[in-house]
Amino acid sequence: MIEIRFHGRGGQGAVVASKILADAAARENKDVQAFPFFGVERRGAPVTAFTKIDTKPIRNKAQIYEPDYVVVLDTSLLHLVDVTAGLKKGGWVLLNTPKRPEEFRDTIKKGNLATVDATQIAVRNRLGSATAPIVNTSILGALVRISDVVSIDTLVESVLAKSPVKKEENAKAAREAYDETIILEE
Amino acid sequence: MKLTLTGNQSNAWGVKLARVQVVAAYPITPQTTIVEELAEFAANGELDTQYIKVESEHSAMAAVIAAENTGVRTYTASSSHGLALMHEMLHWAAGARLPIVMGAVNRAMGPPWNIWADHTDTISQRDTGWMQFYVESNQEVLDTIIQAYKVAESKDVMLPAMAIEDAFILSHTVETVEIPDQELVDEFLPPYDPPEYLNPKDPKGFGSLVMPDFYMEFRYLMYKAQEAARKRIREVTKEYAEIFGRDYHGLVEEYRTEDADVVMVGAGTMISTARDVVDKLRSEGHKIGLVKLRVFRPFPYEEIQEIAKRVEVMGVMDRSFTHGYGGAMFNEVKAAVYNTDARPKMKNYLIGIGGRDVTAKMLEDTFRNALKVREHGLDEEIMWVDLKGGE
Repeated sequence: MIEIRFHGRGGQGAVVASKILADAAARENKDVQAFPFFGVERRGAPVTAFTKIDTKPIRNKAQIYEPDYVVVLDTSLLHLVDVTAGLKKGGWVLLNTPKRPEEFRDTIKKGNLATVDATQIAVRNRLGSATAPIVNTSILGALVRISDVVSIDTLVESVLAKSPVKKEENAKAAREAYDETIILEE
Repeated sequence: MKLTLTGNQSNAWGVKLARVQVVAAYPITPQTTIVEELAEFAANGELDTQYIKVESEHSAMAAVIAAENTGVRTYTASSSHGLALMHEMLHWAAGARLPIVMGAVNRAMGPPWNIWADHTDTISQRDTGWMQFYVESNQEVLDTIIQAYKVAESKDVMLPAMAIEDAFILSHTVETVEIPDQELVDEFLPPYDPPEYLNPKDPKGFGSLVMPDFYMEFRYLMYKAQEAARKRIREVTKEYAEIFGRDYHGLVEEYRTEDADVVMVGAGTMISTARDVVDKLRSEGHKIGLVKLRVFRPFPYEEIQEIAKRVEVMGVMDRSFTHGYGGAMFNEVKAAVYNTDARPKMKNYLIGIGGRDVTAKMLEDTFRNALKVREHGLDEEIMWVDLKGGE
């Protein structure tokens, strides 16, 4: 089973990202679960969401404590949340940032690192507003690049099916992020 | 067609496929998204239903009671304090023999305030005459809604039913759900055809005063209806399995209980995780199995008595605390076995109360505790699992 944890802020689309990823994996005939941290959500407040993907039926209904991938939609959360908590050996941390992954090696000591400027990609594709861009489809493109949990084409299919508005722009953002991801292996 | 849906969306899909004619509900977390989805189905014409907005859960139940009395299929949904506010009308729906189906999303009762999974809300309604189905997956939510209408509307049953899903663990979690073909559902579940209903052209009265010389007989008939429901649930789940390929095994499902010395009994989503745990313990050579109490009302005493004959220990897991002697499910399992010759040791595990995450590790520790009871006898009858602070 592959377990993915998303950290974002209310309004960035972390919960929707977890669901789009699950939808894409289901299109590739995998079994899936996607769910928000069972809390009370508010715009701007830290949000956690999860996706489980497996080739056999997923029966475990518990939350995720040992993720294979951690996706951080907002690096200001690095000061508030231990994003590497429970990260599996050989796991990955993906950050939304204009910086290169090397610049985070001192802060994030565990796991492989990857970065993508999902905010800039979202802004140039006019997703959300310039001050509150919706970065979820961009970050998913980057996640697919590092993880291979689904193909980029399947992800784009799900983005087109599940985005409430600006379907083409979201699909384009996912593909651009896929190409622009920078990787630093452990 | 396969979709990725939350438990609440799956619930609404079940209602749509059952061609429910009247919906009345009042929003409460974590039930709200069921009725949001239904409002959307109604608004975009996907579901031909009358959607009645109401000012409380008590009114929601009153509205569906009135509608159902006119001979149409109805639905409502609630949780926790909302369900508690319906309590008076739940008795009415059952006493009036109206086969209403409700989506109940299990949530703890306050105070302290808590919106997470806990069975106390529905367990507290066990004496109202409603049938209760506890499910473990989003697929089972949808399938159970359709089955529940078929059982409830059977002429020898005519009782309301709750399809019960755990808050968040199902209600807000996306899983893959197979959507059955509408034509097949229509064949399985024909339109509601009540023996009696309110009709201005042929006026009748329902629910009027009955003197002490006959009230008891009305209650006896409800008792007989619950007995009939037991048989009907087994038939309906079998028929459903034949048509749709998914078998829920009637009132109780046994998992790897063959030659088991110890069985763990429970309900809801913990069962799904527990299947993995049983597999693990079986691979270590432990003769342990799982018993899913899918239906709590009518209570499956025959199945429980039959299992009790075969085992040495029954651990009963309650995701609720009722203020009596141990959990409600524990008490009923124990009571069902008392006058038989079977004498398994029985231990109650209170687990996952107020949404505490029921992890595989927590279940494994609990199951190992039950295995110890087999070796060393009963240490204590009631155990609170994962309780903080100790003594």
